[in-house]
Amino acid sequence: MASLISCPHCGVRPKEEFTIRGDATPVRPGPDAPEEAWFAYVYLRENPKGRIRESWHHTSGCRRFLIVERDNVTHEVYSVVDAAQAKEAAE
Amino acid sequence: MRYSALSILRNAFSGNRDWKPAWREPEPKSHYDVIVVGGGGHGLSTAYYLAKEFGVRSIAVLEKSYLGSGNIGRNTTIIRSNYLLQGNNPFYELSMQLWEGLEQDFNFNAMVSQRGILNLFHSDGQRDAYRRRGNAMRLHGVDAEILDRTDLYKVAPYLNFDHARFPVLGALRQKRAGTARHDAVAWGYARGADSRGVDLIQHCEVTGIRREGGRVTGVETSRGFIGCNKLALATAGHSSVTAEMAGLTLPIETHVLQAFVSEGLKPVIDTVITYGGGHFYISQSDKGGLVFGADIDMYSSYSQRGNLATVEKTIEEGVSLIPGLSRVRVLRSWGGVMDMTMDGSPIIDKTPLDNLYLNAGWCYGGFKATPASGLCFAHLIAKDEAHPVARALRLDRFQRGLVLDEGGKGPQPNLH
Repeated sequence: MASLISCPHCGVRPKEEFTIRGDATPVRPGPDAPEEAWFAYVYLRENPKGRIRESWHHTSGCRRFLIVERDNVTHEVYSVVDAAQAKEAAE
Repeated sequence: MRYSALSILRNAFSGNRDWKPAWREPEPKSHYDVIVVGGGGHGLSTAYYLAKEFGVRSIAVLEKSYLGSGNIGRNTTIIRSNYLLQGNNPFYELSMQLWEGLEQDFNFNAMVSQRGILNLFHSDGQRDAYRRRGNAMRLHGVDAEILDRTDLYKVAPYLNFDHARFPVLGALRQKRAGTARHDAVAWGYARGADSRGVDLIQHCEVTGIRREGGRVTGVETSRGFIGCNKLALATAGHSSVTAEMAGLTLPIETHVLQAFVSEGLKPVIDTVITYGGGHFYISQSDKGGLVFGADIDMYSSYSQRGNLATVEKTIEEGVSLIPGLSRVRVLRSWGGVMDMTMDGSPIIDKTPLDNLYLNAGWCYGGFKATPASGLCFAHLIAKDEAHPVARALRLDRFQRGLVLDEGGKGPQPNLH
């Protein structure tokens, strides 16, 4: 894992300031979504080897949730964006 | 050749020049009854029991690297059956019983040492939880006892009994637990399988699974297509990758776990100890090195190396439990990648494809399960029905609300 992460709000910060929440790809289904959709959201993971999107929390910094795109084999970090901005961009 | 005192003596007289390789290096055939993907502990033990107990004659084990190159050679070698839940305990106890007869069974010295395990507790609540676990074990016919502070002090006086935050109050002990020489377990199963006609094919990476009408017909590999009647996946660490080749998505996330060994010391820790105040476990190898580890690195990773922050945390936990460790030098550390399931328990089950079988999701706990995992998986493959002690390890348990969550931590893979 890279030792330094560039937070979009705080600049380059040590990795230890961040908490990794986990896979950012599952999207919470609507309350009336069928059971299979909820099962997939809660339990199933694509778990790809290589490039992944992950939710991180800048716990000891701006305390914003971030979306970190990184490689889970080489540990290279490709991009870090604010989770709210990532959601807007997706919509 | 059968290994025995006599064979050692005979070979000594001929200058040890006549030892034969422990297994063949066969070329892959075009078709097998059963192909097992993964030449680690679980894949090799599966092939061994398929041949030995279920009489399957045409078996291949495909390994992308060398035999035992994954987690069977990367763990902290602990064997135990101190589980709480009904779906888990009989399975791990079967494994413990197989460990007890393993070396005679496969005629290989796996250095199984029943030196016992101590799960330390540090609060009244934790003591009650361990007492409950001990009672559950005894109800399943497994040995368990509670040691109070005085008794524990006689066994392990070097612990930090008067720690301000996590005083050591006692321990749950399973005397039959212990350690085994992890590589030798892989080698023993490999040799036993090979001698019963199993083709162990190394440096043969599966790159695709060929399917026709809901059935598997064979695998594409780096050494060409190989056909099979039944395909068994035993690729923990990479289960999602191999399952994806068959179009399956699993309730698994892959994480890296580190392990450590110190310089060789004179005998000091003659049992296995786990720290209830953190998540630290330690034993001493016969070579003298202290073998220890703690939590996973907590983030998704397929790389067999970890982070320094976790090294620091592990060693802090160790020194907090055994202050004398602060003067010990760490020799090496390494990482292995784990299938972390959504409930912390493994999967041995059929899949939506008729002749595809899955052995996955071993989290931190795969090594101790190696014998039972192989036997139960072989049972499933040969008879098409679950072994009685592995019935709860279903793939669909998450969907059906039958999760086996020993720690009660919920669907958060890095917490198990």
